[in-house]
Amino acid sequence: MSGPKDGHPSPGDGATGRATLTAVRPSPRPPAPEPPRRPGVARWAADLAMGARFAVNGGRESWARTIMTAVGVGLGVTLLLFAASVPSMDSGRNERTNAIAAFGFGEEPKPGPGTIRLAQANTDYGDKDIQGMVMAPDGDRPPHPPGISGVPAAGEMWVSPALKTLLASDEGKLLRERLPYRTVGVIGDSGLSGPAELRYYAGITQKQFDHVISDYRIDRWGAQDTSGDDLDPALVLLVVVGCVVLLLPVLIFIATAARFGGERRDRRLAALRLVGADTHMTRRIAAGESLFGSVLGLAVGAALFLLLREAVGGGSMMNLSFFTSDITPTLPLALAIAVTVPASAVVVTLIALRAVTIEPLGVVRNATPKRRRLWWRLLLPVLGIGLLLPLAGGFGAGSSGGDLQTYQAAAGAVLLLIGLTALLPWLVEAVVERFGKGPVPWQLATRRLQLSSGTAARAVSGITVAVAGAIALQMLFASVEAQNTEETGQDPNRAQLILNAKVDNGAQANDAFARLRATKGVGSVLGITLDTVSDARSKKKDPADIPTDSLTVADCPALREVARITSCRDGDVFVINGSDSYVAPEDAFVKPGAQINLSVRDDGLPSPDKKKLWTVPGSATKVRPREDPTGATSSGILATPGAFDIADLPDPQAQAMIRLDPKVPDATEYVRNASASIGPALDVIQLSGTSQSSEFQTIRNVLFIGATATLLLIGASMIVTTLEQLRDRKRLLSVLVAFGTRRTTLSWSILWQTAVPVVLGLALSIAGGLALGTLLLKMVGEGLAVDWAGLAMMTGIGAGVIVLVTLASLPPLWRMMRPEGLRTE
Amino acid sequence: MTPAGSLLIADDLHKSYGPTPALDGANFSIHPGEVVAVMGPSGSGKSTLLHCLAGIVRPDSGAVHYGGRELTALSDAERSSLRRGEFGFVFQFGQLVPELTCVENVALPLRLNGVKRKESEARALSWMERLEVADVAAKRPGEVSGGQGQRVAVARSLVTGPRVLFADEPTGALDSLNGERVMELLTEAARETRTAVVLVTHEARVAAYSDREVVVRDGKARDMAGVR
Amino acid sequence: MSIGHTLLGLLESGPRHGYDLKRAFDEKFGHDRPLHYGQVYSTMSRLLKNGLVEVDGVEHAGGPERKRYAITDAGITDVEQWLAQPEKPEPYLQSVLYTKVVLALLTGRDAADLLDVQRAEHLRLMRELTQRKRGGDLSDQLICDHALFHLEADLRWLELTAARLSPLAKAVRS
Repeated sequence: MSGPKDGHPSPGDGATGRATLTAVRPSPRPPAPEPPRRPGVARWAADLAMGARFAVNGGRESWARTIMTAVGVGLGVTLLLFAASVPSMDSGRNERTNAIAAFGFGEEPKPGPGTIRLAQANTDYGDKDIQGMVMAPDGDRPPHPPGISGVPAAGEMWVSPALKTLLASDEGKLLRERLPYRTVGVIGDSGLSGPAELRYYAGITQKQFDHVISDYRIDRWGAQDTSGDDLDPALVLLVVVGCVVLLLPVLIFIATAARFGGERRDRRLAALRLVGADTHMTRRIAAGESLFGSVLGLAVGAALFLLLREAVGGGSMMNLSFFTSDITPTLPLALAIAVTVPASAVVVTLIALRAVTIEPLGVVRNATPKRRRLWWRLLLPVLGIGLLLPLAGGFGAGSSGGDLQTYQAAAGAVLLLIGLTALLPWLVEAVVERFGKGPVPWQLATRRLQLSSGTAARAVSGITVAVAGAIALQMLFASVEAQNTEETGQDPNRAQLILNAKVDNGAQANDAFARLRATKGVGSVLGITLDTVSDARSKKKDPADIPTDSLTVADCPALREVARITSCRDGDVFVINGSDSYVAPEDAFVKPGAQINLSVRDDGLPSPDKKKLWTVPGSATKVRPREDPTGATSSGILATPGAFDIADLPDPQAQAMIRLDPKVPDATEYVRNASASIGPALDVIQLSGTSQSSEFQTIRNVLFIGATATLLLIGASMIVTTLEQLRDRKRLLSVLVAFGTRRTTLSWSILWQTAVPVVLGLALSIAGGLALGTLLLKMVGEGLAVDWAGLAMMTGIGAGVIVLVTLASLPPLWRMMRPEGLRTE
Repeated sequence: MTPAGSLLIADDLHKSYGPTPALDGANFSIHPGEVVAVMGPSGSGKSTLLHCLAGIVRPDSGAVHYGGRELTALSDAERSSLRRGEFGFVFQFGQLVPELTCVENVALPLRLNGVKRKESEARALSWMERLEVADVAAKRPGEVSGGQGQRVAVARSLVTGPRVLFADEPTGALDSLNGERVMELLTEAARETRTAVVLVTHEARVAAYSDREVVVRDGKARDMAGVR
Repeated sequence: MSIGHTLLGLLESGPRHGYDLKRAFDEKFGHDRPLHYGQVYSTMSRLLKNGLVEVDGVEHAGGPERKRYAITDAGITDVEQWLAQPEKPEPYLQSVLYTKVVLALLTGRDAADLLDVQRAEHLRLMRELTQRKRGGDLSDQLICDHALFHLEADLRWLELTAARLSPLAKAVRS
């Protein structure tokens, strides 16, 4: 601050200089006199610094204000930092998953000393996904997976920390039976995609691979091709709009937090004017105050982020978990936050002060605020729609314009949503103007809103963006979900589980079926055994060109599940009607009396050289196929065990269709355990009528959590505003109590005062959300689908916010309604 | 000290806020239609006496009788309802609801009593005419002068036809001329309607509108009617 | 202002010589206008004649003849009545009221009570004036207002004095 020695007032600021000299005495901490004509930056810096000092030294009240701002901004910054960490969380996870990946494109390597044979042995346990792999080295230099120090020997396994915990717990009792391996080590972090991942690597013998349906060899771990597949354009749009929807309210909240305690601050500034500060100076001082608060908020946000990061880093959510070290904001985004947040706090403060004239003797609010104009408020959403409309039907079509289109879509969505927040104050004003009749609480609330609808609208505008965006997103979800939720064709009423296993012969197949039937929780098992057969008379040279079909061997009840058979006795043979078969009509060779080749080469192709012939009996009946419980239709030859001996099949596969006993809990787990005892990597498929992409569910859940957090933040800021308003009217409240106003009357008026803007905001956001959603759906070429349940949920949350704000305001209201408030003078 | 026919009688009131006693054995009584000034220096307990008399504050000990009822024995809700119906209030400042228009402010006590909007506003308007502020009926309190605002407040205090009007420094924020006019209108209206007025003031010229005065000093009230 | 009552009041705390009385009077009430001795002499003669004081003794030691006066019971009653009687409110009343307050404090009487009574008297007149003003024309109002403002000033003085009674008592008794 300037000392008196350079204090020769220049003619320009003579008035303030004099005022300072005369009035400086009464102030206990005299602010330094305004320096005359300093270079602009230094003046700014000096005034901002003084504002910061006021934020700290201004007594309890300004501390309270600074802390409120800091906490508010801090909460917002925390959310922003998490958002800024998403890219690195994603890339960290991707790097690891790529390193773990054990599949190559192109030729499978020949067995050698440096190769390993493996098979996926994933299993579900309850609602948990367990990633597993069984392996057997071909030689003495096998590659080992990342995160473990060697290849597990047969009968041993390495497990992830989370799986180790699960296996050791009571909850993991049934799982222990399923994984009959000795745990020899724990997989390190570099071999896991997240800390809560359930994963194991088990060693088995080469012999055990005989029962594995799909096994392969690799000579190194890690996916060679890391380019990854491009995200579905609909998903890109979801992510872009999702970010906009989550981050806009946070920005709005930060802006609101910068205005906390504004009215009291203004009064303090008026006192500053009295001792000689000019208008510009007071503005800069006010800006300095909120700058300090927001910088403090940055610190609070960073601290909160570090704290929460630890918490998030440990836990898992929907089978997703992240390492703490991965939750790191990318540098450019972190820098952007560090700069934007304080800057926007300053800008918001300066804008807020524009409507206020701070005079030495008090604060003059522009008594009759200008009527809000509609045209420019409409301009924003119209512009947004204008940007989105041309994309209709064509989003993600041309890969060259992809980036540009993404930006255009994001800009359109941002403009549309911001346009809604700009439209809201006008709407509130226009609607509230027509109110006024009605019971006393209603009258008090609406009159209050008429007088200052701006404050209320500002607080609610965050909700508008969040809800409108959420509605649009949910529409996109509903439609994308409908598309991704396919009818599987499976019929869980006929069988709940399907087990596929490789068997050597019919005896083994029957043994497997018998073991399943004996398993606890199994109601019935229909077993079929099938293999590939080829046309014995084909003249084709290349084995790959020889027509093939399948031969299914099963008893009559099981055959009835796969074909429409009227009469069946052991010894019968059926042929699926050619026109219903998968085989092209000109290649159809399966008919009664036809000769077929049973022999198959090692690579699975027909072997025309070493034929093993069988003739379809001439008595075979032609039947029509029937969808089996998995939704598939069989083709080829169906034979009863009496007509065909399974032992003649060279590479038979057994399929068990299992019906569970609904009375036995955990029946599924018992079946999975039984299957694991039959073979190490057997496929147990759970049948369900529909299937849903888990990706969508994850995104949906994340968005829901984000939207709820945002709404809670906004609720918090509304509570602060309401409390501030109440505190300013302490005296009036006491007077109202004096002449006998009931508590309920004032409580209801607070409810209405919160409800009216929130309801209007919700209405506007539903309209805007439906419009945005429709546009987005058009862009990805989906049919219109409104997620009514989601809409109801959002409305419910909005109502919850109203109730929350009212309830939180009631205790202070009642405290202030005590007569002590009359004793102010 | 408690002459027969009194409407409101306080007997040996004690009330402390924290360690400092605001009332220390105060007595008071008022007849229907009587205007009594409560005088005394700042901090003497004038306002506390008024709050106790009006049932806004419950005294620590002592009794307040109003129309055969013991105020201190009533519940908060009962006292609130009494204040709504039988008492009126005028304060120094900050008493009008800033977002309501003047006529709505005047009508407010009636509406709190469940009177229909139209009727209450009609009655409010007639009182505003009497107090010469009918012309600002549609304006908000922020848009009218201090004197007008105070007359609106007086109209509001009288609109329910109260039996006791409590006025706490009603002219404290006004200049002499406006203060005088407010006092004239207030006392005239009160005498006509036989409303008793408890007038807390430290200004002698305001107290001169009363029939008698009570001086509060150190938490004790002294009725000066018996003197001379 | 009654010099007789003042001197009587001073005598209440004990018999004094005429010259002592003059000195005490000058010190407490005289301010810039000391009392002429002749005035004390004539006043005391009147009081003596009315039986409110009596001569307690005479000294002749060298100087002029010095009578010692003492107050009688009738004199005490007279002071009592005078103090209790509020003054008719009028301008420039302070010197009388001040004398009364000091005497009340000196003689151990309730000065606050005295001030309250005086206030009541002032208010009574103010009420009358207010009443007259309400009925009167503009000139009546203006005249009444003049009186009212003066009375109000007195009243404020009364209140201020009431608020300062205890320091005043200390100063007077020292």
